[in-house]
Amino acid sequence: MEETKEIKKTKYLNPYVGGVLLGLVLLAANFVAGRGLGASGAIKSVVVTTMQTVAPAASTGSGFVKEFHQSHEGNPMKTWLVFEMLGVLVGGFLSGAIAGRLKVKVEHSPKITSRKRLILALAGGVLFGFGSQLGRGCTSGSALSGMAVLSVGGFITMMAIFGTAFALAYFFRKNWI
Amino acid sequence: MGPLITNGIISESTNLFLAFIIGIGFGFVLEQSGFSSSRKLAGVFYGYDTVVLKVFFTAAITAMLGLLFFSLFGWIDLSLVYVNPTYLTSAIVGGIIMGAGFIIGGYCPGTSFCGASIGKIDGMVFIGGLFIGVLLFGLGYKLWENLYLAKFMGSPKVSTSLGLSDGFFGLLLILAALGMFWVAELAEKKFPREEY
Repeated sequence: MEETKEIKKTKYLNPYVGGVLLGLVLLAANFVAGRGLGASGAIKSVVVTTMQTVAPAASTGSGFVKEFHQSHEGNPMKTWLVFEMLGVLVGGFLSGAIAGRLKVKVEHSPKITSRKRLILALAGGVLFGFGSQLGRGCTSGSALSGMAVLSVGGFITMMAIFGTAFALAYFFRKNWI
Repeated sequence: MGPLITNGIISESTNLFLAFIIGIGFGFVLEQSGFSSSRKLAGVFYGYDTVVLKVFFTAAITAMLGLLFFSLFGWIDLSLVYVNPTYLTSAIVGGIIMGAGFIIGGYCPGTSFCGASIGKIDGMVFIGGLFIGVLLFGLGYKLWENLYLAKFMGSPKVSTSLGLSDGFFGLLLILAALGMFWVAELAEKKFPREEY
């Protein structure tokens, strides 16, 4: 029993080592591209492309699409964050393959069903997606990358994200513990 | 020298290629740290697993220090590095909505891709949710445009706003992080739980 516990505890990288490595990746992004990491920006590219493909006429009048093109030239799928997020899929897969964690499954607390977990995942995703647009980036682009360059907005968004999740944690405890 | 793309040292295609390579590093480190598991991520909000806090703040400090040192050595021109602009209202409201999404969905956008990459169906569904959320924002843009653009403050730095040098503020941030790590270690001892 003691032995299995030890194995389970060491299956992931030490968090401080992981943090330093993630910091170096973020530093590399700033050194190469002059800006940090991101994730929701890639989704935004996909959404803009979808809007332009499905409703080309309506999308040209959309303030959202216009705003996107003010800061991005050319094809919305040919942006830094789209390529970076494709890399994330590859990097995550490689790490999972090396660690023996590749497995198709729904991860959830034994107290809830897979179905409930998926509904919550969808709802959480919708909220996070919407919030990331208001906040001009998510945990990666706004909070983490913003903090590294000491942006006031980055610190505020970070505190709002973590503060709200802590404040609401009690009400959703049955889904996790 | 840096940033490489801004100074024209590398081409646009090389920049995108490096984005892909940096993304691989990003995804690899996230997965190695356990960010592919929503139950591990959610643990920070209950104290049983504080890996999110440790990795997140260690990363922010490492990158911040790295940028300061690179600037000191003349390897990067910090004035060319993007500082996220501050729109006070939307930074707070957006953060609150994201925080609710985090505790309900168990992922954030980057980590959901990481979870999906090793086969987590809940991660894939979360990504579907992200798409819907961003699309809703885009379709109803006129409704929240004023909120989105309210209280624009430029791109201020916390250090400058407090009248401190970047280095001194950095030191304070490191001390604050060390304090949080100490609390995190205590919390994990108090609410121990099996690794997910």
